[in-house]
Amino acid sequence: MKVPRAKGMRDLSPEEMQVFRGVEAICRRCFTGWGYREVRTPTIEYLHLFTSAGTLTPGRLGKVYSFLDWDGWSGERVVLRPDGTIPVARYYAESLRDEGVARLFYAANIFIFEESPERPRERWQCGVELIGAGAALADAELVALSLETLRQLGLKDVEVRLSHAGLVRALLEKLGLSPEERHRTFDRILDGDADLLAEITRDSPGLGRAIRPLLGTKGRSPAFLSRQGVELAGEMPELAPYLDDFLATVTVLDELNCAGKIDIASGAGFEYYTGVIFHLYSAGERVGGGGRYDALIPAMGGGDVPAAGFALDTDALMNLVRPEAVAPMEEKSVLVRLKSGVIKDSFRLGAALREKGYSVALDLGGKPLDADRTIEVRDKAPVFVVIDKTKARREAPDIAGVLKLLEDKGGC
Amino acid sequence: MAVKLALPKGRLLRKTAARLDRAGWGLDEYNSSIGYYRPKSEKFPEVLIRVFHEKDIPIQIATGNYDLGICCRDWVEELLAKYPSSAIVKVSDLGYGQGSLYTAAVAPPRANGAPVRIASEYPNLAEAYALRKRLSRFSVFPVWGAAEAYPPENAELVLLPAGEGNIGGAGLTPLERVLDYSACLIANRASRTAKDLDKIITSLCTAVSSEKAASGVEPSPPGEIRTTVSVKASPGTVRLALPDGHQQQQTVNLLNRAGIAVSDYPSATGNRRPAIDIKGVTVKVIRPQDMPLQVANGNFDLAVTGRDWLADHSAQFPASPVSEVLDLRLRRVRLVAVVSNEVPADDVAGLRDYIARRGEALRVASEYVNLADKYARDNHLGHYHVIPTWGATEGFLPEDADLLIENTETGRTIARHNLKIIDTLFESTACLIGNNAALSDAAKKKRIGLIVGKLKTAVEAGA
Repeated sequence: MKVPRAKGMRDLSPEEMQVFRGVEAICRRCFTGWGYREVRTPTIEYLHLFTSAGTLTPGRLGKVYSFLDWDGWSGERVVLRPDGTIPVARYYAESLRDEGVARLFYAANIFIFEESPERPRERWQCGVELIGAGAALADAELVALSLETLRQLGLKDVEVRLSHAGLVRALLEKLGLSPEERHRTFDRILDGDADLLAEITRDSPGLGRAIRPLLGTKGRSPAFLSRQGVELAGEMPELAPYLDDFLATVTVLDELNCAGKIDIASGAGFEYYTGVIFHLYSAGERVGGGGRYDALIPAMGGGDVPAAGFALDTDALMNLVRPEAVAPMEEKSVLVRLKSGVIKDSFRLGAALREKGYSVALDLGGKPLDADRTIEVRDKAPVFVVIDKTKARREAPDIAGVLKLLEDKGGC
Repeated sequence: MAVKLALPKGRLLRKTAARLDRAGWGLDEYNSSIGYYRPKSEKFPEVLIRVFHEKDIPIQIATGNYDLGICCRDWVEELLAKYPSSAIVKVSDLGYGQGSLYTAAVAPPRANGAPVRIASEYPNLAEAYALRKRLSRFSVFPVWGAAEAYPPENAELVLLPAGEGNIGGAGLTPLERVLDYSACLIANRASRTAKDLDKIITSLCTAVSSEKAASGVEPSPPGEIRTTVSVKASPGTVRLALPDGHQQQQTVNLLNRAGIAVSDYPSATGNRRPAIDIKGVTVKVIRPQDMPLQVANGNFDLAVTGRDWLADHSAQFPASPVSEVLDLRLRRVRLVAVVSNEVPADDVAGLRDYIARRGEALRVASEYVNLADKYARDNHLGHYHVIPTWGATEGFLPEDADLLIENTETGRTIARHNLKIIDTLFESTACLIGNNAALSDAAKKKRIGLIVGKLKTAVEAGA
């Protein structure tokens, strides 16, 4: 009986896995190059880790895979990890809180239900978390690291879109909504409803006049944000601290030549963000993003510790990278074709070749492997025959002779 | 292909029957007093009709077993809260059976962050409510009924339909109206395009549209609020749960024989906290199905339930800290695996062969969803689905399920429905269950020993 894979789940072929591992390896190399250390958190966490105030929106929580564990008689549910950052924040609060600044990264899968079976319900991410450092410099480090990683992956024309969660929240405060409506509105923005902010400010003409220029802002320079900010802060002084914070990060990014497009309405992301939010696009597709989440570690009981991070979407990157740019160097491959009675010799040959760095497979029938060389092992002389891709055949009396033939550059 | 229609039992039966009558359906048997589940219509003889517990109907429509169904919207929303992409289309509000779901509590909600236990017959809606209200730490107790009995000791919050004094009368304060509902006609999404349902839909909707304007009944507000309750049990107090429903009378007889006086049980006024004549013991009356979970999480120390429900609980939570303390030797039933007489299998091995030949997923219907799941797993029944039901499961075979895990006293109902027993899982009787920690608690041991001793004497005397 044929059993199909579960809806929304994906198999990765050997070729896709090579690209997948290639993407991961480049991310890992870049992250460790900036002093980040890898951690792994469990696939299953308590639901209440994610329902704690200020973590995920109800819209996102409504799509988590939650269930009662085999000992869940208390009614406490567990979930398949729906987010990469929150478990790392939990881990920091639990195990690293005395460390001061912690630079951590992970490569993990997250699970979110999607209505359409075409959309993946399991997604892979490579993410970093910079915990214990506030300020613009830390934000800039993350943007610069994300851009360097994408560059190393061979992506060109990467676009950074910048927003500020504190600023968006403060703007919503001005709309005079009830706390419930404010929550709902912010959730809709965070869930990616980018038109909403423009829509509601249309209904509040006075406020709309003041913030529409900012919503429509597509500027790039700190000077541009500064001009907009002065105007806005004049009318709404309570926005000033957020604008100053935003401006400080944009200024450092500009110095580093990493500044992106300032796009306040691009707030989609997670509820736990408190400061600068950035989204990374390549060829029109979102490939990652991150931001500052200074309230998350305190909410986990980890003390008053600022933090920020980003995650790159491994699945999206796999579609965009050139496989040959990320796939590891191909191993030298050998197919050993053996006759009965020479099993021992064949296994000895395999072991000797592997020791020299060859990838060796025994020919067990089926579709022939696309190996660089095929070696026939026979029960009479010549015992070993080495055949190259052009079908040229050379003989060797023993394993040492085979190795010599393989290492002979001019040979077959 | 024949159109299949699911009609409700229970609270909607009378009004639904009256409306179908007015629409000239001429149903031969569809009223509250009989247990026949497949009425026939004179007007639409080709329509296959089956009467279900209302809660079953959205599931039957979503799975495509039935094309059309009538039930209240609360059960539709309960399913959609967990499975939003269910293949259900709401066709029309039928304008009767109005009600509202409320959240209610004894005390006003505490600051967010404190654990909140929510008892409800609507666990999916309760979870969605908790997420929407951003409760940071909550757990949901799915209950078969009597949710109003849980606060304040056993739950902080309940989500329940207002009516018959179950909010105010139970000493609860309504907090929020979560959902208004009324009877509605629902359809399977694929059936709407694949089958010609228009004639039937028109008949069902036209029959009610004339009255809808006339009735216009508003959802009834929760009853008068009475502030009572709040039983703060002192350490060492033994909390005993007694069953409501059809286990009640036998339990009363046993208690009488044991010389344990429980006043106002069964209660004519719906009192769920009767007094017991043993000092340091409190009693609450809840559904026997809910007891093992409640004993496991420490809400009760002892409970009178059935071994079937304990086994179902243990199948879900194998390490659960609940033990059977005493066999009360009441309500002796067998838990059996049942198939239609048309299935060429006489035992589970035969069923396995039959499934392998058939090549379709096996549909296992049961009130005991965890036992059914375990039975299918343990017996390698291959690709199977468990369909949860709420009673009268024998009516599901053969059209709506392939295998039942069911209890039977004599086997006569099973035989009457042209079904056969292919396996017996175990024998179940009423039993006294206990929380393991409570059973070894020095402060409770003496009182628990007293109750167990009295019941044991009565059981042995009755043997």
